[in-house]
Amino acid sequence: MPLTETESTPAATAATLTVRSLLVWGLLAGLVGGLLAFGFAYAFGEPAVERAISIEETGTGHAHAGEQPAEHSHGEAEEEEVVSRAFQSTGGLGIGAVAYGLGLGELFSLAFAFAYGRVGSLSPRATALAVAGLGYLAVVLVPFLTYPANPPAVGNPDTIGQRTALFFGMIVISLALLVTAIAAARALAPKLGGWWSTVAAGLGYAVLVTVVAKLLPGFQEVPDGFPGDLIWQFRVASLGTSAVLWTGIGLTFAALLHRGLTKGRTV
Amino acid sequence: MTHAVAIPTPVSIPVRQILPYAVFAGIISLIVLYFVGAEQGALAVFEGTTVHEFVHDARHLLGFPCH
Ligand SMILES: [Zn+2]
Repeated sequence: MPLTETESTPAATAATLTVRSLLVWGLLAGLVGGLLAFGFAYAFGEPAVERAISIEETGTGHAHAGEQPAEHSHGEAEEEEVVSRAFQSTGGLGIGAVAYGLGLGELFSLAFAFAYGRVGSLSPRATALAVAGLGYLAVVLVPFLTYPANPPAVGNPDTIGQRTALFFGMIVISLALLVTAIAAARALAPKLGGWWSTVAAGLGYAVLVTVVAKLLPGFQEVPDGFPGDLIWQFRVASLGTSAVLWTGIGLTFAALLHRGLTKGRTV
Repeated sequence: MTHAVAIPTPVSIPVRQILPYAVFAGIISLIVLYFVGAEQGALAVFEGTTVHEFVHDARHLLGFPCH
């Protein structure tokens, strides 16, 4: 099939994508996003993590593996340093961020595969950014506002099971409500028009996640005297790390997608 | 701006075609996210704390409950 770049008939430009190429682009986008998130987390997050650990070591808070096993009020056997702090804050952080980026990039590309060609008049690149933006909202921002991230030294080990279940539960609920809202917007569009159906679905999502967040139990586990500015610094860095990750994935994926589509062949 | 590149019309991918990939790649990806986000915290597939300690800072900064 001699389809060249100058080909401009509608048939030639109606681009069919294969899931396989989307997954490859998702993986590459995840790699880029993960590396950028690592850079951001190292520069803006690690100072807060280190400060929190030094506070933890000097007194309050519970024992935290990886710290100096010297002075615990913990009562348990001394913890061995399985992974040094120096490695945790560099290689460990990098490997964790990149692995997470790769996994997220794959899930992102699958979400894009469902969204592509099904979300009104958005261009392919705009669809990719819309998936990234809505994903950040539903998977990061809403769960974060319900159960904010905490630095080391904050958090009662007795409630870790409950907190983990509720945090993941909130991600699932938020994502399910987002998908429902998108389906509702599509169903309402013929009656209300694109604008009002989107507004109604958006408000519906906002009201429902707010109600859910209000109904779920909360946790106040910040130790007395723990500096508030440190919590703030850590949480801003945490939101920023995820923002960099999702933006990196969205933009890289959009670039690869555009390059693939404008080659004028089936990819 | 040099010349207009023809932006192709999006053609949606049939769900039937996405599903096998979604199941396969989806499960693998979720396992990876689980290991970074929660392994050896609330749940544990492997014994010990090595995985937890390894990805510790990423887990905190990605917003997951850690300990
Ligand atoms: Zn921790």
